Amino acid sequence: MSLFVKKLLGVGTAVAVVGVLIGLYVASWATSFPKNVAALSAPANSGGVNLTLETVASIGTKYSASHPSWVSYLVRSGGQWVHTTDFTVPANSIVHVTIYQFDTPTGLRNPFLSQVQGTLDGNATIDGKPVNAIEPEEASHTFAVPELGVFVPLPGVPEEAKHLCEEAPCEPATSDHRTISFSFRTGKKGRFRWQCFVPCGAGWYFGNGGPMQTLGWMDGFINVV
Amino acid sequence: MTEPNHARRFAVVWLLATVIATPLVILLLGPNMPPGKATQQATGQVTDNTVLLAMATPVLLLVVIYLIYTVIYFRQPQGAVLEGPAIRGDARVQTTWIIVTSLLVLSLAVYGTTRLLSDNGAGSGSGPSPLTVPKGPKLPVQVIGQQWAFTYRYPTYGGVETPHLVLPVNQMVELHVTSLDVIHSFWARQLGVKADANPQVDNIAFVEPTRVQTFEVRCSELCGIWHGEMFDHGSVVTQAEFETWIHQQQVAFAPATKTLPPYSTTYLPKPTRRGG
Repeated sequence: MSLFVKKLLGVGTAVAVVGVLIGLYVASWATSFPKNVAALSAPANSGGVNLTLETVASIGTKYSASHPSWVSYLVRSGGQWVHTTDFTVPANSIVHVTIYQFDTPTGLRNPFLSQVQGTLDGNATIDGKPVNAIEPEEASHTFAVPELGVFVPLPGVPEEAKHLCEEAPCEPATSDHRTISFSFRTGKKGRFRWQCFVPCGAGWYFGNGGPMQTLGWMDGFINVV
Repeated sequence: MTEPNHARRFAVVWLLATVIATPLVILLLGPNMPPGKATQQATGQVTDNTVLLAMATPVLLLVVIYLIYTVIYFRQPQGAVLEGPAIRGDARVQTTWIIVTSLLVLSLAVYGTTRLLSDNGAGSGSGPSPLTVPKGPKLPVQVIGQQWAFTYRYPTYGGVETPHLVLPVNQMVELHVTSLDVIHSFWARQLGVKADANPQVDNIAFVEPTRVQTFEVRCSELCGIWHGEMFDHGSVVTQAEFETWIHQQQVAFAPATKTLPPYSTTYLPKPTRRGG
């Protein structure tokens, strides 16, 4: 076999290997999707379904070896905190959402979103008190489903709090947190984007990179079925 | 057999096709051209698109008829392998081509500039200091882009901000388009409005809705993971309906209005504690 043929084979093999690797990466990226979690049925006296979420400042190595410092939402499912943002709720029903918020404030870029919108009574309950707006600087995150008109700001835990949760999973019993609850009504079936409107991606341009631009962290889908 | 005068024959066919096709294009396709006639600006764009199509029709016919004519009359006879004569250029053809295409392009440039000036930007963003401004009263509405939603502020109604865009019919609207983060682009196709939303830039576009209807709002600048979801529906309503609606918004969003900064044509949001 001549040197030229050997070189040709070498280059061809290298190109093929790189091509396969790129193909595998793209396939992996295109098929990766957060796990879906169905909301739990609420007690008969309140009707609808319950969705229990938490927001954490750092997801930690238990949930993500590649991005342990990223901020994220988690959902309560099967008695555990699950790292996903893809939820299923029934159509034409009431969704009762409870969010345990463990993160410190970042502040809203647009103060308009500091008002609670689209909930059943126009309010959210924060630490047991009904409110219709918070101070924009106090916001740590939002839970917003723009197409359903739902915008709920989530106030942060004071930075000087003594028992801040360092990384997920965070438990309300042991760490300082804010508890936000609200209800909204779903309409027709569909798949609706939800997202955080607070630029909470630490260290990213305008705070809107990383976990804000990656499905499964600070945004996801609500599948109304 | 004497060779026919191909140039004359081709010219006749092309002229006939042009004379027949161009009025048909204007009369049949013209009224259906996008973006429709929901606003003064959109109506102007329908006219512009019709003019462009009418000017492009003879050019299209020239190319297509020339191609067909060549295939029919200059095809190689079956079985023959003939080398065509060398072509060294033709000064007349080249000069004609350069003059005609230059005239077409220059006339379009003049037409486009005239239309932009006469129609106050023709629905496009004209920057913070538009060259021409429509006379008469105008309703200022601020369009605020953010990742990933548009919100709208009405400075003449207490600076109330709303999640949906509602406009009164037969009222000149002065849209002030800006962004709080990255570059977005406000595109309301049926209104014939498209204006980039740049941070710290007041991009002004004028639009006068002429009929009551709903319209779509989309972002037309790739702005992140949820760019494709950055859409909404707006509506054009009667003046009375608009007054009712805006007062409802003032009441509904009173808590948020208290927290808003004073109305400004651009905003520089406070540095957040995390984002850069």
